[in-house]
Amino acid sequence: MEILLVGCGKVGTALVAQLSQEGHSITVIDSNADKVERIKEEFDVMGMAGNGCSATTLVEAGVERAEVFIAVTGSDELNLLCCMFAKRTGRCCTIARVRNPMYSREVDFMKQQLGISVIINPELMAAKEISRLLRFPAASKIDSFADDRVRLIKFPVTETQGLVGFKLRDLGSKLGHDVLVCAVERDGDVSIPSGEFQVQNGDLLTILVPSGRAGALFGKLHMPNHSVRSALVVGGGTIGYYLTRELVENKIRVRIVDSDYRRCEQLSVLLPEATILHGDGTDRRFLMEAGLPLAESFVSLTNIDEENILLALYAKRQGVPKIVSKINRLEFDDLLEGMDVDSVVYPKYLICDYIVQYIRALQNQAGNNVKTLYRILDNRVEALEFTVDEASELTGVSLLELNTKPNLLICCIIRGDQIIIPRGYDRIHVGDTVIVVTLERGMHDILDILAD
Amino acid sequence: MNRAMISFILGWILLCLGALMTLPLAVALIYRESAGISIAVTMLISLALGLLMTVGRRPKDRTLYLRDGFFITAVTWIVISFIGSLPFVFSGAIPHLVDALFETVSGFTTTGASILSDVESMPRCLLFWRSFTHWIGGMGVLVFLLSLLPLTGGTHVNLMKAESPGPQVEKLAPTVQSTAKILYSIYIALTLLEIVMLLLGGMSLFDSVTLSFGTAGTGGFGIRNDSIASYSTYCQNVIGVFMILFGINFNFYFYLLLRKVQRAFDMEEVRMYLWIVGVAVLAIALNIVPIYQNGWLALQRAFFQVSSIITTTGYTTADFDLWPEFSKGVLVLLMFVGACAGSTGGGIKVSRCLILMRTMRKELKRLLHPQSVEKISLDGKPVAHETLRSMNVFMVTYILVFIVSILLISLNEFDFTTNFTAVAATLNNIGPGLNLVGPTQNFALYSSGAKLVLIFDMLAGRLELFPMMLLFSKQTWRRF
Repeated sequence: MEILLVGCGKVGTALVAQLSQEGHSITVIDSNADKVERIKEEFDVMGMAGNGCSATTLVEAGVERAEVFIAVTGSDELNLLCCMFAKRTGRCCTIARVRNPMYSREVDFMKQQLGISVIINPELMAAKEISRLLRFPAASKIDSFADDRVRLIKFPVTETQGLVGFKLRDLGSKLGHDVLVCAVERDGDVSIPSGEFQVQNGDLLTILVPSGRAGALFGKLHMPNHSVRSALVVGGGTIGYYLTRELVENKIRVRIVDSDYRRCEQLSVLLPEATILHGDGTDRRFLMEAGLPLAESFVSLTNIDEENILLALYAKRQGVPKIVSKINRLEFDDLLEGMDVDSVVYPKYLICDYIVQYIRALQNQAGNNVKTLYRILDNRVEALEFTVDEASELTGVSLLELNTKPNLLICCIIRGDQIIIPRGYDRIHVGDTVIVVTLERGMHDILDILAD
Repeated sequence: MNRAMISFILGWILLCLGALMTLPLAVALIYRESAGISIAVTMLISLALGLLMTVGRRPKDRTLYLRDGFFITAVTWIVISFIGSLPFVFSGAIPHLVDALFETVSGFTTTGASILSDVESMPRCLLFWRSFTHWIGGMGVLVFLLSLLPLTGGTHVNLMKAESPGPQVEKLAPTVQSTAKILYSIYIALTLLEIVMLLLGGMSLFDSVTLSFGTAGTGGFGIRNDSIASYSTYCQNVIGVFMILFGINFNFYFYLLLRKVQRAFDMEEVRMYLWIVGVAVLAIALNIVPIYQNGWLALQRAFFQVSSIITTTGYTTADFDLWPEFSKGVLVLLMFVGACAGSTGGGIKVSRCLILMRTMRKELKRLLHPQSVEKISLDGKPVAHETLRSMNVFMVTYILVFIVSILLISLNEFDFTTNFTAVAATLNNIGPGLNLVGPTQNFALYSSGAKLVLIFDMLAGRLELFPMMLLFSKQTWRRF
């Protein structure tokens, strides 16, 4: 697809990396010529230095040909303006990043009146993700499918769960038959396990479970299955604000720490239910006085990634049961895996995933769409949700007879209200929603699961 | 909150309290009184509980934050009041628990309001204990503990902050322990000096010790039914002067010890305090001359009463309830002003009044010159905005507690003067009020419920409101 992308910041670069890998032809525009040069060197894309909301530049960059237009500059207004220009000059789908909480209530209005197809708010997405993690603290990552009816939950295996030594084929009898292990990470290697796979201490399991059953499942594993009741949040930025708003709605007590007095004042007006503390979040004494050892969860959301990690490690040392950290910029995701941070949230990947999934769905406007896409286990595994809209060679055939690609697992078939963990004799019908986990990248149609 | 540390400190407080009870026990032995048994039993209870909470329970984390300090202070005062009231109950001297509690709280908070109509019939050891609670409460139990315990770590100043009266707490020495030691040394020295002065005036040892305790803590429990009235003029004057002395900010004496005489007398609060005393004495003396027909006597009576009321002690040499309205008005006013910050007295404190007056003046000036800039200062040093802010909140809270208390005790159907001065006398830790709670009367007439309200007022007044208010906040009791 022809994609025009304005803004080569953190998110822009990550998007280019992902989209160029999937074989799209991309043109990037940024006012900073250096950045454009760097991107052109690193990826196989076109680049232009210039103002993304000048019609001349847009035309020059080929906006008439573009099918997708993405605006991810640092300014909300600029993003909106770019998209409006692009919409008028071309016939593309427009995606704008708008992060100011002031606009968050006007998303529908902007979509309708300004003709923008998608408005994404990475901070809100991150906040929602963190809030999900805090409401289900035993998991280190949660992805939801099919309108949150099915969840993929990642958690580390420990001795106390009684899972160690089990073969996956026997797990059904222990955990119930509506649970499926989709992926395992052991010593940095990711695999989609077979029934013979034996669980070891320290494995990171990703399991698929119907949302309503998740609590009971964790109960069986002797893991906490209730929401945290209190949270200490360091960093009162936009994510902090959205997160606290979500949490207080769920009756979780929140204390926010911020070092900017003005911001604290603003927050105390916006969030009267939360306790706002003014001080340096890296000051140990201050954190202790803020009640760090008594908090049931700790979220580090400062603007400095290194600080977030250190704070998270310190909180873990103080015995806080659930730690969530945010990483904006750092590229060392694999290093973090070995550290004692329960969950890490990457806002830029969240928004990348969302945009990639949207574009893949666009590619198959008529066919069997990708409805949801998540990358789990630091980008090495993709979990996709497809809707099966038309009959094809894989509908009506039992799964045993399907010749699927290696390293691929059909985890779940959702038929109406039914959630089916498929066995060999199950079949896919038209109208079903299918969830697939795969090591393969770039699938955009359900037919892609078949081996050539 | 650091619960382990809170219980550890509370245990130490109980040990201290048990140890301090040896003095009344000794008195019981000297006078061979059977009430000594009740003191011994209480002492054992206190020591046993104390040992249970301290032995082998030294917490690893010994940090105390501001809120821990406030919380410990409030809980400590409630616990020691409860334990301290047990001898009265056990011995049957004051059979009802609420009454005994009222008497003990009144003792520890240095109020001096009593529910006893006949003090002279009490056993001497219990009279001694009653007066001794004044002395303990005057400087504070936690400050006492801090002078003994080598608690290291800068956070223990938070305990002192919560218990010491006044808008700002200044450390006299670099460490909390030495500051507490200095304070207690000055306190003990002044008390001994008074005892000696009274003995020289021919007072018996028991009387001079108990009355000196009452003066030192600015408490006001007498050991005779007519308070101080039946002692010699010399003794009355000595007590009058010492009340004034104990109402002075202890920093003053510290500066004197360091031979910084100039600096001591430059303290604006002390000057203001002495000035108020002078003016009030003159005004009342002139007003009551017609009653006593003798200028010198009127001056003496006025001096004693002013000194007793402004320092919130509450000793009396005359029934000031019979004085003219103007004099009563001045006395009620003095009840609110109170003594200096950093003294053993209660009330709003002279320094607070001084700063509040200056804020008022500043506000007036701002109306005249909206752009004017003026920093409020005390002793030539600017007062921090935070101090001003918390002082304003203090005043609002003070008024609120005052009004609600009056409302609650007015359920007892007594007249307004009685209720108003009863609350004023307890919240400011004075003792006697006017009318039905006047100097010749006592608080026995109130119902148990009203007594509990007044008990709260006494504690709140002694601890400057916030430690007690904190107990009513939901957040205090939550873990996070």
